[in-house]
Amino acid sequence: MSRRVRSALALTALVATATLTLHAQVTSDRLVRAAAEARNWITYGGTYTSQRYSTLDQITPANVARLESKWVVQNQVFGAWQSNPLVVDGVMYLTQRPNDVMAVDAKTGALYWIYRHPTSPDAKVCCGANNRGVAILGDTLYMGTLDARLVAIDAVTGKARWNIEVGDVKAGYSITHAPLVVKDKVLVGVGGGEYGIRGFLAAYDAKTGKEAWKFYTIPAPGEPGHDTWDPDDWKTGGAPIWVTGSYDPALNLTYWGVGNPGPDWNPKQRPGDNLYSDSVIAIDPDAGTLKWHFQFTPNDAYDFDAVQVPVLVDMPWKGVPSKLMLWANRNGFFYVLDRVTGKFLSGTPFVKVNWASGLDPNGRPIQTPQPAGQPTYPGNQGGTNWYLPAFSPRTGLFYFSAWENYGTVYRPEESEYKAGQLFYGGGFTVVAPAPGAPTIGIGRRGPINNWTDEVGNGSVMAMDPATGKTKWTLKQFDVSDAGMMTTATDLLFTGGREGHFMALDARTGAVLWRASLGGQIVMAPITFMVAGKQYVSVIAGNSLSTFALRD
Amino acid sequence: MTMRSSSALMRPWLAGAALAALLLPASARAQDHTYSTADIATGVRVFGAQCAGCHGPNGDMVNGVDLRRGRFRRAVTDDDLAKVFANGVPGGAMPGFSFALAETTGLIALIRAGFDPAGTAVKVGNIERGKGLFAAKAKCGTCHRVGFDGPRNAAPDLSDIGAQRTPAALQRSLLDPTKAMLPINRPVTLTTKDGKTIRGRRTNEDTFSVQLVSDAGALVTVEKRNLATFAAATTSPMPAVGTTLSADEVADLVAYMLSLRGAQ
Repeated sequence: MSRRVRSALALTALVATATLTLHAQVTSDRLVRAAAEARNWITYGGTYTSQRYSTLDQITPANVARLESKWVVQNQVFGAWQSNPLVVDGVMYLTQRPNDVMAVDAKTGALYWIYRHPTSPDAKVCCGANNRGVAILGDTLYMGTLDARLVAIDAVTGKARWNIEVGDVKAGYSITHAPLVVKDKVLVGVGGGEYGIRGFLAAYDAKTGKEAWKFYTIPAPGEPGHDTWDPDDWKTGGAPIWVTGSYDPALNLTYWGVGNPGPDWNPKQRPGDNLYSDSVIAIDPDAGTLKWHFQFTPNDAYDFDAVQVPVLVDMPWKGVPSKLMLWANRNGFFYVLDRVTGKFLSGTPFVKVNWASGLDPNGRPIQTPQPAGQPTYPGNQGGTNWYLPAFSPRTGLFYFSAWENYGTVYRPEESEYKAGQLFYGGGFTVVAPAPGAPTIGIGRRGPINNWTDEVGNGSVMAMDPATGKTKWTLKQFDVSDAGMMTTATDLLFTGGREGHFMALDARTGAVLWRASLGGQIVMAPITFMVAGKQYVSVIAGNSLSTFALRD
Repeated sequence: MTMRSSSALMRPWLAGAALAALLLPASARAQDHTYSTADIATGVRVFGAQCAGCHGPNGDMVNGVDLRRGRFRRAVTDDDLAKVFANGVPGGAMPGFSFALAETTGLIALIRAGFDPAGTAVKVGNIERGKGLFAAKAKCGTCHRVGFDGPRNAAPDLSDIGAQRTPAALQRSLLDPTKAMLPINRPVTLTTKDGKTIRGRRTNEDTFSVQLVSDAGALVTVEKRNLATFAAATTSPMPAVGTTLSADEVADLVAYMLSLRGAQ
């Protein structure tokens, strides 16, 4: 090929790319039909169902061993990197701490721009300056911030279009999850369950940032459910939202997991069921009204946030085609709900559970609080947590990270609420095999694992929703916060705190390929396609690595 | 504190030790290795009145000093602490105090208990005597390495153990090694599928491999897929010293180990 021909081709490619970029309008219709454009990853969960299932099929069990690293983006801000990138027509949108957004060429890793939100020094978060991603509509990105603001950013130029207050940063409100765009609105909830906030979900006009509605996750006096709180407790009862919800366009319902009641560990200080803490809420995205709710852990004593992403699945239930919601909860039970009505269909423990002896026919736990000083299972971080699950319609299995054999001793205490201050209601210790032995908790403590699996271990679980039993389990030595992503070729991609990025056989759990990336994987992989090539990206430690088959 | 084991009797800088011992409640005397809760309670009172003004309520307001966590600029042993109380810091901001023996003991107990009135306040004896015991009577050096001395394969290297552990944790390891053994220190025996046996102590482990110091003294990584068996012993090979050493000797060993802070 002559140099002239080559540059002519390059110019054509450039024009083509430029044209694409100019016309990269992610309409709400595209968001609804995201599954039809598998080359992109345009919502937090891949599609509105949050199944994290891709129909891309270039990478297969037969060739997965030929994956190689194509490019790496280094994060310059240290701390667990929990971002979930989007990929839109060859551009990756990636967040990093505290509130940066990067636009990256998805084929090469080259940076187009970085947007830096000046986070207020008043911002307070219990568990890390997490910034889990953006949402897109049209050519605008939406990011919630640690200082409880919502920012609209031009996807081409990286400049802010509007920047509005969602919650009061001085009172401990924050946003750590990616917003959910539905039609012409941006939906976002607030964190701060450890600061005595009153949680809510709010919707904003995507063009103007004007508030469309606000739904409090703790009912006010006169509203249904308010009687599950004592007179004043509801004002500081927590119930945050810190993980992105899902959406069913046919039912026109969004589904959100709600976090713990406050103070966290002293249920006696807030008698009652404490609705809608530790619940899933079904919210009409147009009006902000509650269609139904289901509470997993009433009057929670253990910080069992229900902040798992609701996974929406259509499959037969007892022989009848059904619209289901699958949910492995922090409280150690795996649930199947009818997402039309919120009806409880089944619930089974997937790890050792002793805080409840089981669930009644309505799914309400039969609570068995342990005597003072005795361990509660699962431990404080739960049987699972916000780690993004996946579902494969091909295998019919639901995949998630579980923490096994991990217990906690709670020490409830009376806590006094002070605006913007931690509101814990006591504390806890993790059961250790020897006094003072290192234990597990939020985030990895260092590259050397000196806590061992005697304090608990991680497992990738493949759950059969029909039976509530695992089809297979891959035990890991350390616990894992890694999310899941599965493909039409029956591959399951995941990792863990040990930094091994793995491709598993989604049907058997066999490790088909792995790469040691040298840093903890605390997020879910994504997959996408650029110029006919399938890529898989994952964040490990301070790097986002992108793999594809060897050329 | 008791007459028999009172380290106060060996402290020439303390007068009236015997009298102080007699004044303590009988229940306190049962504690050979630790200070009593009454001592700690005395410490709480004295600290609040005399020390908290500069050191702060949690003992961490003086730069470089965190009394609650046992971080001091100069002191290692209980004697060192008592000397600082009595003499102050020459040329520094801290004056000397004329505390009664029980008050001094109380403050030491409070610090050793980590400022927890219900905590365990371990006695910390004499470094030099502890060093002698480590090498001779207690035979610690047979298995443990400090600096350039001792083996590396059998037991953890203690060169910086004083920076890693609290006095209470050190004492626990001496008196009940099996219960105190951290999981990572459990002796492991691996047999490979091709029939080799590797013994050693883990330094790190993950799902796919284990890193260890082998009994041959080498750093070894073993892929788990090549293993036939993998056993971690839950009984410590270290003998408990409670029967061979006196309470004061244990306190001396704790003092020596607490002084091991690595190369700085």
